[in-house]
Amino acid sequence: MTTILQPDDAIIPGVSEPAKSRATRRVRGLSDRTIAWLFVAPTIALLLVINIFPLAWMIRLSFTSLNLSMSYLPLRFVGLDNFTDILTDEDVWFRLQTTAQFVIWSVALQVVVGFGLALLINRQFRGHSFWTTIILLPMMLSPAVVGNFWTLLLQPQIGPFNYLISLFTGVPPSSFSMTGQVSLAPWTIVLVDTWMWAPYVMLICLAGLRSIPDYIYEAAEVDRASAWRQFWSITLPMTVPFLMLAVLFRAIENFKMFDMVNLLTSGGPGSTTELVSITLKRAAFEKWRTGYSSALAIILFVTVFGAANVYVKALNKVKQR
Amino acid sequence: MSGSAVARRGVSRWLRRGPWETGAMTLIGGGIIMLVQPWSIDLYSYSFATILAGTVGYVIVSHFPE
Repeated sequence: MTTILQPDDAIIPGVSEPAKSRATRRVRGLSDRTIAWLFVAPTIALLLVINIFPLAWMIRLSFTSLNLSMSYLPLRFVGLDNFTDILTDEDVWFRLQTTAQFVIWSVALQVVVGFGLALLINRQFRGHSFWTTIILLPMMLSPAVVGNFWTLLLQPQIGPFNYLISLFTGVPPSSFSMTGQVSLAPWTIVLVDTWMWAPYVMLICLAGLRSIPDYIYEAAEVDRASAWRQFWSITLPMTVPFLMLAVLFRAIENFKMFDMVNLLTSGGPGSTTELVSITLKRAAFEKWRTGYSSALAIILFVTVFGAANVYVKALNKVKQR
Repeated sequence: MSGSAVARRGVSRWLRRGPWETGAMTLIGGGIIMLVQPWSIDLYSYSFATILAGTVGYVIVSHFPE
């Protein structure tokens, strides 16, 4: 196809000369900044409608006594009462401790497993790409799918996990329930989360390992440094910023964890695995305490926002390397 | 050197981003530890105020000159 470009002052059939020059002037009159704003405006409008407005509304509700099961009552302003209730409530405090224990154990395991896998995958071997893909598969699944999938695997009567354990320990498979026993349920959610997210830590660590120049190892070998010494003096220190990044990101994500744990244990048995996000859901959609749950959501939001600031700072430091 | 220039230099020496950002991040980290620690409910009660102060402080000091 041939395209004929018309010069600015060419006469276009059907368009009168003054009208054309007016249109040209109008388009030329828009500055780059205005055009940029025109492109960005729809996105900003969408963000305002679906992010900022609900957030502002939630902040407003957190200062009220709204209970949706009694929505016929007039909305009463209660000041900071909801925040005071939450910050003096021992139940919420215990749920936050449960969340912290879950975050600490799952992130620690993910770092150990992920870093180990990264060290293995960093070597060149036959079937390298195939095994990398297999290891990355859990990370690509939806948490809802993982929750349902592991519920079946951990089922005491028909699930293969209990049979596998009984094969090694000799304990009858149906004599224990990974999701139904107080002593095992917290470890089950840690195990499943580690299974799902250790590959993500592996990817970040792999990026760190690949960024170490070969000449450093060559210099270490000239100095007759052992493999162990090379690991402690070169590999680990140069991967630490990447590890920190993975730790911060996973800690923030696990602090907000809801879907997978809700599907696996629903916070049970009792409230052994009740993370604070599940407490929030129960307050909002089972007890319908909207004002109270809005205040709890704000406390969690500010916590995650603060941690995210630290995360971005760490990210910038890694970028500067 | 004029008095105002000296004062400006003094202010800019105090308004450096680095130390203030570190302070704000320490406040955020301390607040998070206070929120989830299992020992004192009083610390838990003041945790949100600490995190909020750190976060708002961080947003402000991140606009300070380098």
